[in-house]
Amino acid sequence: MATDLVTLDSVTKTYSGITALDSVGFSIAAGEAVCLAGENGSGKSTLIKILAGVEQPDRGRIAFSGVVQGSLNPRLSAAAGIKVIFQDFSLFPNLTVAENIAFSAELGHGARLVRPVRVQDTARRTLARIGVDIPLHAAVETLSVAHKQLVAICRALATEARLIIMDEPTTALTEREVRVLLDIIRRLKADGVAVLFVSHKLAEVLEVCEKVVVLRNGAKVAEGPASDFDAASLTRHMTGRDLAEQPPAPLADTAAILMQVQGLHKSGAFCDVSFTLRAGEVLGVSGLLGSGRTALAKALFGLVAPERGQITLDGRSVPLGNPLAAAQAGIGYVPEDRLTEGLFLTQSILQNISIGRLDAHGRSGILDLGGLIDEARDWLKRLSVKAPDPDAPVRSLSGGNQQRVVLARWMARSPRVLVLNGPSVGVDVGSKAEIHGIIASLAAQGLGVIVISDDLPEVLSTCHRVLVMRAGAVVDDIPAGQITETALAHRLAS
Amino acid sequence: MWQSPVSRLFASTEGRLAGIALVVFVLMAALEPDKFLSLQNFTSMAFQFPEFAILALAMTVTMLTGGIDLSVVGIANLSAVIAATILTQATGGGAGIVVIAYTAAVGVGMMAGLFNGVLVASLGLPPILATLGSGLIFTGIAIALTGGSAVMGFPAATAWIGNSTLLGIPTPLILFALLALMISLVLTRTGFGVKLRMYGANPLAARFAAINIGAMLVKVYVLSGALAAIAGMVVMSRANSAKADYGSSYLLLAVLIAVLGGVNPYGGYGRVIGVVLAVLTMQFLSSGLNMIGVSNFARELIWGSLLIFVMIVNTWRTKARRT
Amino acid sequence: MTTLWTRNETLVALVIVAFCVLAAFSDPGFLSIATLTDLSRGGIVLGIFAVGALIVLISGGIDVSFTAIAAFTMYVTAMVLNAVMPWMPWWAALMMGMGIGACLGAINGVLIAVMGLPTLIVTLGTLSVFRGFMLTFIGQKQITTLPPGMREFGRMMVLRGENADGSFYSLHAAFLVTVLAVVLTWVILHRTMLGRQIFAIGGSVESARRIGINVRGVQFFVYVYVGVLAGLAGIIHASMARVANPFDLVGLELSVIAAVVLGGARLAGGHGTLTGTVLGVALIVLVRNSLIVLGIPSTWQSVAIGVLILIGTGLPAWQAKRAAARAA
Repeated sequence: MATDLVTLDSVTKTYSGITALDSVGFSIAAGEAVCLAGENGSGKSTLIKILAGVEQPDRGRIAFSGVVQGSLNPRLSAAAGIKVIFQDFSLFPNLTVAENIAFSAELGHGARLVRPVRVQDTARRTLARIGVDIPLHAAVETLSVAHKQLVAICRALATEARLIIMDEPTTALTEREVRVLLDIIRRLKADGVAVLFVSHKLAEVLEVCEKVVVLRNGAKVAEGPASDFDAASLTRHMTGRDLAEQPPAPLADTAAILMQVQGLHKSGAFCDVSFTLRAGEVLGVSGLLGSGRTALAKALFGLVAPERGQITLDGRSVPLGNPLAAAQAGIGYVPEDRLTEGLFLTQSILQNISIGRLDAHGRSGILDLGGLIDEARDWLKRLSVKAPDPDAPVRSLSGGNQQRVVLARWMARSPRVLVLNGPSVGVDVGSKAEIHGIIASLAAQGLGVIVISDDLPEVLSTCHRVLVMRAGAVVDDIPAGQITETALAHRLAS
Repeated sequence: MWQSPVSRLFASTEGRLAGIALVVFVLMAALEPDKFLSLQNFTSMAFQFPEFAILALAMTVTMLTGGIDLSVVGIANLSAVIAATILTQATGGGAGIVVIAYTAAVGVGMMAGLFNGVLVASLGLPPILATLGSGLIFTGIAIALTGGSAVMGFPAATAWIGNSTLLGIPTPLILFALLALMISLVLTRTGFGVKLRMYGANPLAARFAAINIGAMLVKVYVLSGALAAIAGMVVMSRANSAKADYGSSYLLLAVLIAVLGGVNPYGGYGRVIGVVLAVLTMQFLSSGLNMIGVSNFARELIWGSLLIFVMIVNTWRTKARRT
Repeated sequence: MTTLWTRNETLVALVIVAFCVLAAFSDPGFLSIATLTDLSRGGIVLGIFAVGALIVLISGGIDVSFTAIAAFTMYVTAMVLNAVMPWMPWWAALMMGMGIGACLGAINGVLIAVMGLPTLIVTLGTLSVFRGFMLTFIGQKQITTLPPGMREFGRMMVLRGENADGSFYSLHAAFLVTVLAVVLTWVILHRTMLGRQIFAIGGSVESARRIGINVRGVQFFVYVYVGVLAGLAGIIHASMARVANPFDLVGLELSVIAAVVLGGARLAGGHGTLTGTVLGVALIVLVRNSLIVLGIPSTWQSVAIGVLILIGTGLPAWQAKRAAARAA
């Protein structure tokens, strides 16, 4: 309709050969809550950046209230009332809560001088509007992730907003905080403010939105009123397949105990965590962001130093807080963010794989380059990595293949335990299934695998057991076959 | 897409550098053909560039890790001063005492590098600040040891490394060639070198990949210190004296050569051949300008302009490649 | 979280106090107005430089060319005024200095803000360009006869007095300029949105772009501002020294940055206070001028400052490292 607040028409965007968005079009009316659903890598982030004016589409048109926009930039987009709350919140860590909240508003007023009173007022007002209390003078870098998010939401509210785009807003919130957020969204809608809710978490999506748009691999695959969808159909649209992955067969009772974790404790991160991992077992660790699951994963690999506790592998104690010692003991870690933590993007695929094997393939410092290259190529084959030129920089690969390169690096070191943090984040559906297959085969070889994930279907289909973490403690230890996804989601968030 | 061999050559940073070196050579030759294209000039150039070329190698090694070593000149001078003190105190001995003095100098350079490495690796000081402070300390110690004046009066054998020829090739050139080859091999053929470059490309991923970063960084700065000390030896040999403030303009020159040579100041990319080509370019420029009577200060102006020009070109290429 | 005791400024203040106490023991005459005015004189030019360096660091950049801007400005101003407008009063000389400094700063601004070149290496380049240009095309000889305006400024004092032993002490009028620079910069940084935007850019340049801050414009302003201050510092330096020596000033840049970093500014940007900068300058001036009083020969000056820098920056860096390890 011509009176729609925002209309997208055939928007297309390619990044060096990869199509991020393929002729996507939909509209958002004033006061409407639209959900943009899709897995990681489906094009949601790109769409948000384009609406925010941070990126330009290669083809297609965007119209605000019927007026086609020539070329957007952040200022124009903000002036049109479009406020984006990015996943990283885009806050200024060195400034105070009040300043962060009021910054855009002050800029919008054309203020030249600092108006401390007005700033404090704006901050107090918006915090009250969402019913939260955060010290105004605290530096944002000292806040928890959840509080940072609330500050980001307040900042969007502090200026005249007509459309608020929230990118995965609930990843860090507890169930109660999610309720608060949904209430806020309802209030905004009543005020005539539209909301574009971008998420891959299904339940919330259906509760608050009038319309659902589903993206998959950059294209729009479904659109309709929220009442038309349910969890199963949404999943089907998002993944392109029925969620039918079966949990693995239960482990034999005779499987030996591979690793024992006792009383691992770090104040503010996780407390008194204990569990055992048997050879051939895939253990899932799940929890909301802030539950301590990532800190625990890092602690197992020595990237985080616990204050007390013990890790025993094959009966030998593993030194804490030392990644080198952990790696030498036989623990490997595939990080959450492969682009910044896992890969050396500008370096070649072969180098990325062989980085852990340099000491093994050399005598007195000189490398056996031939041996290293052969070994790396072997792994590329074994993991079916589609890499036509192994000397090309690893950034030329797709997400799924990149993840396999990181896996190859650790598997080349013949680990005893492999910790995978978010193994299929940002990976296309096909690769996802293959990575799950790799996890299963690792377990079959007798390794212990720990999968950290909040992708519950993934956890339930790959793991023998699931540890649920909440506020730093392990609250549940459930065999995967004995729980449904909904029940698991509830345990995570209650 | 077929690319002509020439355009493919120029697509690489090193290929472009070779082109620039060639252009500069031809330009300088055209300005003063008789003086420039003479054996005397080539020999003279070959004696002049190794001292700052070795410093550029030191700078390259630290820049590859995303750091920088602002203390290389300070280390060079301090090592020279200490070697000079040994040489002037000793009586007789000839070549033997010279060897001892040079070894001591390299030892001093390595210890200074160790100091830097500990600051950067263990304390976590940003390399700019660490080497800024340490550079002042090294220079300061050299001033204190010499009272600010030059140390002179060396045995004759000191002059060998900087002033003689081996099979007609100037010894400093041979020294530089050997060092360049060695560094190139270290960077590409040793675990240390590969880890160094990977760390420069992504320090966070290096941590996640369980690389022993602390040990590697310390080794990098020790290597830089050793190279700086060797450069100091060449300077001392050629100037036949040691002073705390020699070569102060060499710091900028070393950074310029590294950047010109294609080393990414943020780390992760750089090749020795690029640095060598950059060194040659700077020497051609320097000698040529000298011949047409351009003053030292104009050289500074040209170096600064060249550095900025290279950065502009690099930035444009990166932006063009990204879109 | 930084408490009062772990903040850089407190540490520096304590070191200053300790230094003064030690110096007073060696020389009871140390704690006198004469010493204070001497030290203040030493801090005038350094202080103006440091304020400029602070603003650059807060914005997330680093500028090492300001000393070359200062030298260029003072030399050209002296030359032009002598040649063309000797009747210009002192404040015109200062204005001219600021103008020339602004132009040179604008060159940095274009390269860094508009073209997006990395700050350290670019300003290393412009340092050589400005200095090389001046020494090649403008002149290398000292100008021993300054224009009357500058000479007049060189004689202006705000405080004058006589010691018990008959010697004189005085506080130069330029001290007021430094104070003015400090106050003005404080106002800009803490009372104007422009200043808050500088902090914002230093905190997260990407977030700044996203909320529509004119990052280029703000960065351009920063480098022009540094240029203006540098030009001012140059004129003051020449006036006080009674001579315009084109080889002066360059070489101080590292001490200036050291002073600012000692005072708590972070190399990564987004943090820094005027109080800390002033204290940092005070410490550096104190060290440079009072080593002799403490019985340390001046040849050890570089070492002392180097050690100070390392301790002053190493301590917070080590604390930050431990805090990060604890929090990770």
